[in-house]
Amino acid sequence: MNALLEVDDLGKRFGGLQAVAALSFTVGEGEILGLIGPNGAGKSTVFNLINGVFTPDGGRVAFRGSDITGQAPYRVARLGLARTHQIVQPFAGMTVLENCTVGACFGREDLSLARAREAAREAAGLVGLENRLQAPALELTIAGKKRLELARALAARPALLMLDEVLAGLNPTEIAHMIGILRAIRGRGVAILMIEHLMQAIMSLSDRIVVLNSGRKLSEGPPAQVARDPAVIEAYLGDPGMVQGRAP
Amino acid sequence: MILRRPFFWLIALTIAVFAAAPRGADVELRESLLLAAVYITLASNLNLMLGYAGYVNFGSIVFFGLGGYFCVYFMGTLGWGLVPAALVAGVAVSAAALVFGWGILRLRGVHFALATIGVNEGVMAFVTNFQPWGGSTGIYLSPELFQPLGGPRQALWIIYYLLVGIMGISLYLSYFVKRSKFGLGLLSIGQNEDAAAVLGVPTPRYKALAYSASAFLPAIAGGLYFFKGAFIQPADAFDLTLSTEAIVITMLGGQGTIVGPALGAYLYEELRGWLLTSETFANFQLVVAGVLLLLIVQFAPDGLMGFFYRRWPRLRRLLE
Amino acid sequence: MLGLAASLVDGVLVGAVYGLAAMGITFIWGVMDVVNLTHGAMIVAGMFGVYLLIAATGVPAYAALAPILVAGFLAGVALYWIAIHRMIGRPPLMSLLSTFSVNLVLIGLGTALWGTVLFNVQVSLPGFRIGRYTFPGTHIMAAVLTAVIAAGLYLFLYRTRAGKAVRAVAANREAAELVGIPTTRILALSCGLGVALAAVSGALIATMFPFTVLSGDAYQLKSFVVTVLGGMGNPTGALVAGVALGLLEGLVTPFMPVSWILVIEFVLFVVVLIAFPGGLLSVGRRRVGAR
Repeated sequence: MNALLEVDDLGKRFGGLQAVAALSFTVGEGEILGLIGPNGAGKSTVFNLINGVFTPDGGRVAFRGSDITGQAPYRVARLGLARTHQIVQPFAGMTVLENCTVGACFGREDLSLARAREAAREAAGLVGLENRLQAPALELTIAGKKRLELARALAARPALLMLDEVLAGLNPTEIAHMIGILRAIRGRGVAILMIEHLMQAIMSLSDRIVVLNSGRKLSEGPPAQVARDPAVIEAYLGDPGMVQGRAP
Repeated sequence: MILRRPFFWLIALTIAVFAAAPRGADVELRESLLLAAVYITLASNLNLMLGYAGYVNFGSIVFFGLGGYFCVYFMGTLGWGLVPAALVAGVAVSAAALVFGWGILRLRGVHFALATIGVNEGVMAFVTNFQPWGGSTGIYLSPELFQPLGGPRQALWIIYYLLVGIMGISLYLSYFVKRSKFGLGLLSIGQNEDAAAVLGVPTPRYKALAYSASAFLPAIAGGLYFFKGAFIQPADAFDLTLSTEAIVITMLGGQGTIVGPALGAYLYEELRGWLLTSETFANFQLVVAGVLLLLIVQFAPDGLMGFFYRRWPRLRRLLE
Repeated sequence: MLGLAASLVDGVLVGAVYGLAAMGITFIWGVMDVVNLTHGAMIVAGMFGVYLLIAATGVPAYAALAPILVAGFLAGVALYWIAIHRMIGRPPLMSLLSTFSVNLVLIGLGTALWGTVLFNVQVSLPGFRIGRYTFPGTHIMAAVLTAVIAAGLYLFLYRTRAGKAVRAVAANREAAELVGIPTTRILALSCGLGVALAAVSGALIATMFPFTVLSGDAYQLKSFVVTVLGGMGNPTGALVAGVALGLLEGLVTPFMPVSWILVIEFVLFVVVLIAFPGGLLSVGRRRVGAR
């Protein structure tokens, strides 16, 4: 597997707080990499460092072979890296279709408006919003908005999709549905880097897991291995004596 | 396909009405419609920044004034004809806007708005001290310059038709921009600039282009307007009243819509005309504008067309 | 040489008052993220306030400051409820247009009432002489009073419970609400304080220079220049930056026609906004909310 995304010795400090330190990991093509860690571990900051919202103090980020360290978000998006947000950011005054069309127009391919609408329809269909294309974005439920956020990012036909807690706030049925969608996305060859707090979901979805604690990488490896790592257990539960098997 | 959209014909109809109404003879009506055309031009172009991208340009009058100065200078001092002078003025001002906009559009919404106030004041202060352009006294044009157009009376009619044409182009411009990929990008910036950037919208470039585009037609209009008056001075050219009124008009009619600025201009003209006839209110023009704007922003930020479109969504699909 | 030095010192004195005016803007900006475009009008209100009070009651100019502070505060609270309250949380464009519209109304009323005539407040105060140069007593007094008022604001913010609440709301409004702070009242209070600062700085300026209804524009621009120089939401920075601007004006005035000064200030404004978004004085981190 080729390394699609390479994060090398990444660091970021905010005033007195070292949010991320000496972080290195890779995401391979077609892989699903889970990024987990206790609250405040710096996971969203890592996303912001990768797609250019923050400029790293040190380290390097490479995507599809080129150095994207500190590049503006719109440039990074053009290279094929899409991202959703923890708190959804729909274009409230536009319809579902228009939202997705924006994603399609300015993503990896320089599509015309007409072709972009097609790609948008396709992406909306993938997440199950094909019947709500004309609905104003602000009329959707939280689950709907999350799906819209995902569809909008997908419409750009990215090579790598970064998902920030895409399952948060959903009920079990919606979660199961979304997991199916994510598997289908990976099936189309899109790699996924996801932050998630729902252990069962992320453990079952991910090929590999990276655990972050206080901005540093604590552990890395297949889910089963990471779940048994005493350092990880201690970070989450505080007591390495409580060993938990992998949930079904 | 474009020719099948009703709004295309609505704009054409508006141009025709403006052109035909004074029947080549009614000077009073012509002057009134000319002012309306200027308002509509200013408001429509302002809408590109304000309504689409969500950036308030308080000093948009600077384009009008600078265009006026360039055109008057080209004609009076360099002896150019009206059309090339006006066109080059338009190009010059929008080129300057592109360069300048690239700088100040790094600023986010609020800071940008403040900077635009300063732009106008700064340019006015500069021109007031700039002797080649007449300094604070301004430039007078000799009546001979009307000769190539067939004499003063005919020239005024020609200028009127040209201004109506500019108004029409402004309306078409806002229409075509809105339906283009560029327009979609601008609208997404207006909704949520950060999210738009993350999706790949090249925000700095688009904002600068919108700013520059919003300068072109007002600059030409300014050139025509001040040539018509045969006189230009800093206090008139950079009078913030006009750009303030353009903002009120755009908000009143409905920012972000195509019909909005035109409707707002018409209503505001009517209101203004009524006020000016009443002795007590003549001094309170800006007060009324202020109260109107306050009410709109507080209670109906989408303006009239926004209200209508929400009530009757099919109307939006018809007109926009 | 001495002339330049005198000009510079005078610049410091006047600059202090610019700083006071800018504190009015930066305060409101820092606490509720709103740019108050009625600032200029409020400065003018302070100018006319002191003029009218003296004309009506004959009190010495500096005694008029107290009622102007109070009136400014009330005006600020009124402004909050009329134009700002419903705009909290909405896109910043809206609050901008809202305060802008109030400014239109006020300036429109002002020009209708008083035209564009030049007004003057006569204050006889002995100056301070060094050699050939006299530093106007009014300038010295204005600078001193600025220091007093600024100290008062500082005490309020850092030594009273209400001040603490203001700082809390500035830092994080939602969190402040969650711990039971009546945020709306605090916002109104902050707006009142911001406008009071604007009004009293206008009153002080009136004792130093002649003014018209339209003077507000120039002083508003100066206030904004000072605000961005000192950093948004940083009152101490505003004061320091005000003095800096005063120094700059003192440096430039002997050599340049007055009308160019505004151009320079505008260029400075844009340059600082673009190049130093945190203000030139990012060292002075004492913002209202101390984020």
